[in-house]
Amino acid sequence: MASQKIARQGEELWKTKIEKVNAELVTLTYGTVVAQLCRDFSTNNNPDYVEVNRQLDKMGYNIGLRLIEDFLAKSSANSSTQACGSFREVAEMISKVGFKIFLNVTPSVTGWSADGKSFGLVLEENPLADFVELPDDGRSQDELWYSNILCGIIRGALEMVQMQTEVKFTSDVLRGNDTTEMRITLLRYIEDEMPPDDE
Amino acid sequence: MSYYFTIIGTRDNPLFESDFGTSKVGGDGVARFKEEAKYMNQFIVHAALDLVEEVQWSNKELYQNNHVHCYLTGGNVKFMLLMNPDPSATTYSAYPTSPPSRPSTARQSTILLAANPTSQATEEAVRQFMNEVYEAWVKCIMNPFYQANQVVTSPVFRSRVVIAAKKYL
Repeated sequence: MASQKIARQGEELWKTKIEKVNAELVTLTYGTVVAQLCRDFSTNNNPDYVEVNRQLDKMGYNIGLRLIEDFLAKSSANSSTQACGSFREVAEMISKVGFKIFLNVTPSVTGWSADGKSFGLVLEENPLADFVELPDDGRSQDELWYSNILCGIIRGALEMVQMQTEVKFTSDVLRGNDTTEMRITLLRYIEDEMPPDDE
Repeated sequence: MSYYFTIIGTRDNPLFESDFGTSKVGGDGVARFKEEAKYMNQFIVHAALDLVEEVQWSNKELYQNNHVHCYLTGGNVKFMLLMNPDPSATTYSAYPTSPPSRPSTARQSTILLAANPTSQATEEAVRQFMNEVYEAWVKCIMNPFYQANQVVTSPVFRSRVVIAAKKYL
């Protein structure tokens, strides 16, 4: 019931308060970013996909830090929203409102772990990866997570709301798996701390 | 009869090539070019390119009992389809005079497409084939890892071309 309410809230926000942009523009721009990263981080024409994954995650992290403000502003303008009471509600909000208003997709939340601290998000369709085929050099299929920026975004956004999480992809249709799935694990709630001395 | 299909990029470099035979009416889908035909085909297709550049969508060109169709995309990439109705009758001699085609084998192929290269049905079929390939081509170049004028190595694209060939040719 609560999840349907959240779903409906996501739909409403999508229809009324969100400015839209052409999906192909987003897809092609993101594709160019990934391809350029692969070229930049390659030695002797061998891209270092592990490094590319790390860079995508870093970029996503920076996006997430800022995106969460936008998200909270939009979803609390709708006054029926209250803060999430549990990690499960967090999962619902991410999948039904967050993904909906920014990408217009609704991943499904699955695979809750026994202690309720970890869940999976399965994306039926991934607009970032339309028309993409991974390069045929044998390694990209095993090493590159094409949509890794999404992991960074979720991690950055949750960190700004006091949750330290670990977000990773576990399978990707671009690699030949059946589904595109990421795993989100709550590591700890962040209490207010003194800032560290170094920058 | 046999077809040789190739995609030429903007710098006259070949990006993709594939040969197949008709799967309609008695063909078994396998190309039957003679041994020397492999590189002769490429030569013929490249020679035809000069004419294409003179006339922008030139439709066909009779050449040594072969016919060439060309489809020009917006990005100045050319899809060339070479059709040869009866490869066994074509002999490549050292002299540029065209060899006579044997009438007996020619009679068998009257129902096949390339026997009537000027017919409306042929043009329609080739046009539909080119449109299908064009759609597959657009999807292929939207791939962010594909650079302009690079050789196309995607197996997905190759299989789409082969399926389109089976459907229309």
